[in-house]
Amino acid sequence: MAVSKILGIETEYGVAGGPDHDPTTASSIIVNAYAQQGRTRISWDFNDESPGTDARGVLGGSSLAPMIETHLANTVLTNGARLYVDHAHPEYSSPECRTPFEATLYDQAGEEVMRRALRVANESLPPELQITLYKNNSDGKGNSYGTHENYLVARDVEFADVVRAMVPHFVSRQVVVGAGKVGAETEVGHAANPDFQLSARAEFFEEVVGLETTLKRPIINTRDEPHSDASRFRRLHVICGDANMSPTATLVKLGSTALLLAVLEVEGVRDFPLAPARPVRALRDFSFDPSLRAVALDEDGRSRGAWDYQDELWHLARRHVDRHGAGAVASDEEVAMILRHWREMLDGVRDHPEDVADRVDWVAKLRIVEGFQSRYNLAARDAKLRAIDLQYHDVRRDKSLAARVGLRQIHSDEEIREAVAVAPRSTRAYFRGECVTRFPDDIVSANWDSIVFDVGHGPLQRIPMMDPTRGTYELTGELFAQNLTAVALVAALNG
Amino acid sequence: MTEQERIQRQRTERTRDESDEVAVVNKKGEQLKAELDDLLDEIDVVLEENAEEFVRNYVQKGGE
Repeated sequence: MAVSKILGIETEYGVAGGPDHDPTTASSIIVNAYAQQGRTRISWDFNDESPGTDARGVLGGSSLAPMIETHLANTVLTNGARLYVDHAHPEYSSPECRTPFEATLYDQAGEEVMRRALRVANESLPPELQITLYKNNSDGKGNSYGTHENYLVARDVEFADVVRAMVPHFVSRQVVVGAGKVGAETEVGHAANPDFQLSARAEFFEEVVGLETTLKRPIINTRDEPHSDASRFRRLHVICGDANMSPTATLVKLGSTALLLAVLEVEGVRDFPLAPARPVRALRDFSFDPSLRAVALDEDGRSRGAWDYQDELWHLARRHVDRHGAGAVASDEEVAMILRHWREMLDGVRDHPEDVADRVDWVAKLRIVEGFQSRYNLAARDAKLRAIDLQYHDVRRDKSLAARVGLRQIHSDEEIREAVAVAPRSTRAYFRGECVTRFPDDIVSANWDSIVFDVGHGPLQRIPMMDPTRGTYELTGELFAQNLTAVALVAALNG
Repeated sequence: MTEQERIQRQRTERTRDESDEVAVVNKKGEQLKAELDDLLDEIDVVLEENAEEFVRNYVQKGGE
């Protein structure tokens, strides 16, 4: 039985400018600018965080927990998201969503949050200190930052099976959902010396499985921090994805991954293709070759390209949906839409890329890079082409190149604005969002799985939310409709 | 219609279809090129002026 594929994306944005060009300062200014708008003053609660816990069951002694600096801005938004400074980047962690389409909406709400924060921050800064933000994954000089997806997975699925089933997808999905990149920036990348890559992130990966996210990055991250009932759930933390500007690419990235996890939960690993014998090598080789000719051998000596893997995985997902449905992922209609885009994008990148330049980021980016190169007779990887790559990801609409290349939109601007303010009704994010909206003065702190109330007398009251599928509008909407005070709400929940 | 006529007619139709197809592809190709030219014009206007400096100055600390 597949568990509901509750999911979301956390995005670290690239940040430039600000006082002394210090990215941590600039990131704090951004997060504070948004918080000071009066949208939220509630801080994040670190009590239940244990990012060092390993899904393989051992605590990685050599892996340092991420640096946590509580003095830095760290807030909960009324839409249930978390906005904070992670290392030297402003990060938006979307609220938990019930379907890939909804999670895509809340990912775009994150872009809008950053745009608004940027506008407010820059109003108070002199011209020479203006800040810019980029929804991308590296600086072109070997420094990378993440776009991490999270998926709820049944605890009873063996972690080894997650690895066995998902590695083929994670090394090959870049062929449809890669963000594209001009040139390379790591030692292995420079050795291969590609003019253009499918993925911005691929060349930064060095291991197949591991706990790290900043050093020796693994294709499958073993961080076992479910932010929910650990006896029932895992949270698969996927760190190898690119930051997509195309909403359809985000939809297919999330949708394909969620569908394959549902296949794994219901049918097991049996029908998944064998992973490449050298997955890290395959991930990079596929990225380095936008002509899609690169192949990798599996343990049985069978050769496949990224396209072949995606074709097999698409058929696996499609057959599963035909036989079992995919209610754990989304409605029939939404699942059909995901499968259709996935198929069209896959066929498009091979047969007629111009038809999918409205959905595949790397195709859209490559089209303008090549166009500029031939118009001005530029050398491959010229600074102007790198500038195009960077500015593709600028969050400001008047500067963003992604906003100009004709990417197909799947949510209206109005829906995105609404999602900036209001939490999804479909998960516990609804409960968090309603509480933060209604009782900003009575909440001391909140995190993914609890909210702490100060009801004025007696000890602080922690309301646990260990099941991400509860706390929905359906289950708690009536309670909020009664317009209770915080005291009465806490009493009602405790009663 | 005799067999000969039928074949002749099919051939003519096929030739016409094929030349139509080539015309459509050419037209589509020209349209795509024109669209790309307009897009590149637009990007030329918004792209940071000093690309070299813009790219060089963008330095991040690793994250995650």
